[in-house]
Amino acid sequence: MYPFFYRPMFEVIEDGWHSFLPEQEFELYSSATSEWRLSYVNKEFAVCPSYPPIVIVPKAIDDEALRKVATFRHGGRFPVLSYYHKKNGMVIMRSGQPLTGTNGRRCKEDEKLINATLRAGKRGYIIDTRPLNVAQQARAKGGGFEQEAHYPQWRRIHKSIERYHILQESLIKLVEACNDQTHNMDRWLSRLEASNWLTHIKEILTTACLAAQCLDREGASILIHGTEGTDSTLQVTSLAQIILEPRSRTIRGFEALIEREWLQAGHPFQQRCAQSAYCNSKQKWESPVFLLFLDSVWQILRQFPCSFEFNENLLIMLFEHAYASQFGTFLGNNESERCKLKLQQKTMSLWSWVNRPSELSKFTNPLFEANNLVIWPSVAPQSLQLWEGIFLRWNRSSKYLDEAYEEMVNIIEYNKELQAKVNILRRQLAELETEDGMQESP
Amino acid sequence: MEHIRTTKVEQVKLLDRFSTSNKSLTGTLYLTATHLLFIDSHQKETWILHHHIALVEKLALTTSGCPLVIQCKNFRTVHFIVPRERDCHDIYNSLLQLSKQAKYEDLYAFSYNPKQNDSERLRGWQLVDLAEEYKRMGVPNSNWQLSDANRDYKICETYPRELYVPRIASKPIIVGSSKFRSKGRFPVLSYYHQNKEAAICRCSQPLSGFSARCLEDEHLLQAISKANPANRYMYVMDTRPRHRMQSWWATQKDIGRIILNAMANRAAGKGYENEDNYSNIRFQFVGIENIHVMRSSLQKLLEVNGTKGLSVSDFYSGLENAGWLRHIKAVMDAAIFLAKAIMVENASVLVHCSDGWDRTSQVCSLGSLLLDPYYRTIRGFMVLIEKDWISFGHKYSERCGHLDGDPKEVSPVFTQFLECVWHLTEQFPQAFEFNEAFLLQIHEHIHSCQFGNFIGNCQKEREELKLKEKTYSLWPFLLDDQEKYVNPLYSSTSQKPAVLEPNTVAFHFKFWRNMYHQFDRTLHPRQSVFNIIMNMNEQNKQLQKDVKDLES
Repeated sequence: MYPFFYRPMFEVIEDGWHSFLPEQEFELYSSATSEWRLSYVNKEFAVCPSYPPIVIVPKAIDDEALRKVATFRHGGRFPVLSYYHKKNGMVIMRSGQPLTGTNGRRCKEDEKLINATLRAGKRGYIIDTRPLNVAQQARAKGGGFEQEAHYPQWRRIHKSIERYHILQESLIKLVEACNDQTHNMDRWLSRLEASNWLTHIKEILTTACLAAQCLDREGASILIHGTEGTDSTLQVTSLAQIILEPRSRTIRGFEALIEREWLQAGHPFQQRCAQSAYCNSKQKWESPVFLLFLDSVWQILRQFPCSFEFNENLLIMLFEHAYASQFGTFLGNNESERCKLKLQQKTMSLWSWVNRPSELSKFTNPLFEANNLVIWPSVAPQSLQLWEGIFLRWNRSSKYLDEAYEEMVNIIEYNKELQAKVNILRRQLAELETEDGMQESP
Repeated sequence: MEHIRTTKVEQVKLLDRFSTSNKSLTGTLYLTATHLLFIDSHQKETWILHHHIALVEKLALTTSGCPLVIQCKNFRTVHFIVPRERDCHDIYNSLLQLSKQAKYEDLYAFSYNPKQNDSERLRGWQLVDLAEEYKRMGVPNSNWQLSDANRDYKICETYPRELYVPRIASKPIIVGSSKFRSKGRFPVLSYYHQNKEAAICRCSQPLSGFSARCLEDEHLLQAISKANPANRYMYVMDTRPRHRMQSWWATQKDIGRIILNAMANRAAGKGYENEDNYSNIRFQFVGIENIHVMRSSLQKLLEVNGTKGLSVSDFYSGLENAGWLRHIKAVMDAAIFLAKAIMVENASVLVHCSDGWDRTSQVCSLGSLLLDPYYRTIRGFMVLIEKDWISFGHKYSERCGHLDGDPKEVSPVFTQFLECVWHLTEQFPQAFEFNEAFLLQIHEHIHSCQFGNFIGNCQKEREELKLKEKTYSLWPFLLDDQEKYVNPLYSSTSQKPAVLEPNTVAFHFKFWRNMYHQFDRTLHPRQSVFNIIMNMNEQNKQLQKDVKDLES
């Protein structure tokens, strides 16, 4: 595969493989709270093959308990910390579905684990990304959902995020509609609607807003899972962080988010992005889950154009590299595979390339103004738009749009230049005045 | 004021129909002679002009009070809850009266007083001078001259006094042709392209029955064709659909000539030029639907927009069902055909619909805008509207329902034109001196009746109403506030194209959220890139001044 042969033509200033290590990320939380700890129980990937070697769990829960909980969760994906909301100490945890099965099996350690995140007398929310009937049917295959009787302090909310081939078909239909270049308005609108792409975006964004509301407005902790906890779960946890945490909207913060919530969290990139996005051959596990996430980020970016340090180009670049790349970052399905493939030693990290100043300038948003806000996107159909930068990229001329963007960048830079000049001149004037002042006084 | 029983109601709730938290603001509702005013608990004011009100509805009484829904012509919808049924009923009745005026003199423009003296008022009216505009275009010249045939509106009451016709068209020809055209609207010049020596002309449908022909009309068209030395043939664009069920869309690539089957169409009973009688004429049908279809289309669109808890599917199928974007595209395609005929084929084009004041106005003005960068400036756009819409008799008062008239005459024809312009600003962000806010503000005022420009249905009527003496012109009002309407990305010098060639593949047309949900703040991006860049531009100018001052 290409990444193993690729030799970079640029100087590596910072090794992207080491940019976002879990211990460093944990530092950001451990300064604010002592209720959590790093666990190395999975360092041989024996407890959960799709988890990273290091995870964040409640301090009160020991590694033995974690091993037990892993047997109760799909794929061994026991609940771990995804995000800690500094404002009020509430958290987002994620996991796989509980393996309750038809017998109503329970696991006291699992209950203890998630209850450990609750303050005394407070309730939490479990957001199941599957509709109730799907969650119920899952029991026949050994899965299921958290029953009220065993989790009395938790309220369950079901959402309806689609998976697998439904999403892939949606993408195929959308791409076909965009390539159609029809002059028939009815045909275009009906094909756009039939693809359901924006419906999926709306559902994902709505769920992410719900998660964020639980944390920020209700002041409650949440646990998110679907079936496996590797697809819709990650969409929701990462989008919720974009809404809640300004750091996720910076370039480094966003890269860290992708590392944590997608790469290390074990989203199976190899399976999901196996072929090119426009491939028709029905690969069973092929699904544009990551693209839906990027599109959702783009929707929020469009609604809050000054709140993101990066621009659309970064998102488009990530989309491309998830499918085909000279870098090793998106290879493999989880950290275990990446270790086996010795990617760190044999390939280059995408972040090494992106974070070089010459590259960063392409991805930086000139309108960015750092803020501390929680940003709530509108999910009304009128507010969501087709991501032309991806879907119409090769079907329309962007010449005038690009020139307009250039002009906008020029105006902003000129503004900065003038401000700087004015400041210098003002200082000089002030100095002259004080000199005069000093000369005048005897 | 006799319509107003209750002038003030307290504890009224204003609902936000898009707020997810079902929040509502409580405040006081006031009724004045011209406006409805709501002041909420944070002292924020919402003003609604009575003229803007399209529909008032009282819904069923609920536990929280009596709901009152007001839909406005600028697409604002407000949903009040009035605590007492009696008050609600009074307000409802008052609004019903106040929103429907019987006579022109009751319109706001006649009482609006910006405290200017008469000479200022007059100067405001003279800001846009159509004679200057025709001169700028290059007429009169060796091929085109000013006709005095309609000097006193004797030939056509809905045309302006000043009309430009081919020099070789004599008065009898003009008079003869006017008798053959609906409402006397014979072919006249709308736009003259100096470089190509080609012209856009406009008229109404010919009153041809099964065998009627009119030699004068044929001669007039010949004259128009001869007035273009570069090309032997000319186009006649009929902007109506060929059949009731089937519309024709000119595609971007196909500037082709459609030779119509004269017999079939005459048999259908519509007024078409009989091709056999008009030589060197090529006919083009560009099917744009009539005013009733457009009215219904907008109605359906607004219903979709007003649906609570709208799903993505329902939104897009609603859009498709309303057909609104399809109509916008039809108008745009027609204008593109027009521009191409002139630029590529050097051919003159005569445009007509039925009466020549709706679809004809759309196509002629939009086509000119594509061809001539002047119309993309702030001033130029005002001139364009004054020429092709106001002077040529687009029936603003009837189309906008200024008075309590025939609801079947109401139709969003001008709104569609503004939307087409908006789509162009989206495809060509640097080609227009003005911004979206300019378009929205003009739209606001075609309904507000605050200024005299859009009152009445033709120039003759406006003179009879003495609008220039009794009301004010919108244009100086907008020019005074120019900074708000300037496009910061506009480049008048650089490689921006002189002739715009928009791409009308269906996916280029988006839903104009800022128009149809202008007042639904929660739907829009919370930070407006445009406003920021505009402010920065302003700041830059200020900073430049500061630098100069400090350096000296």
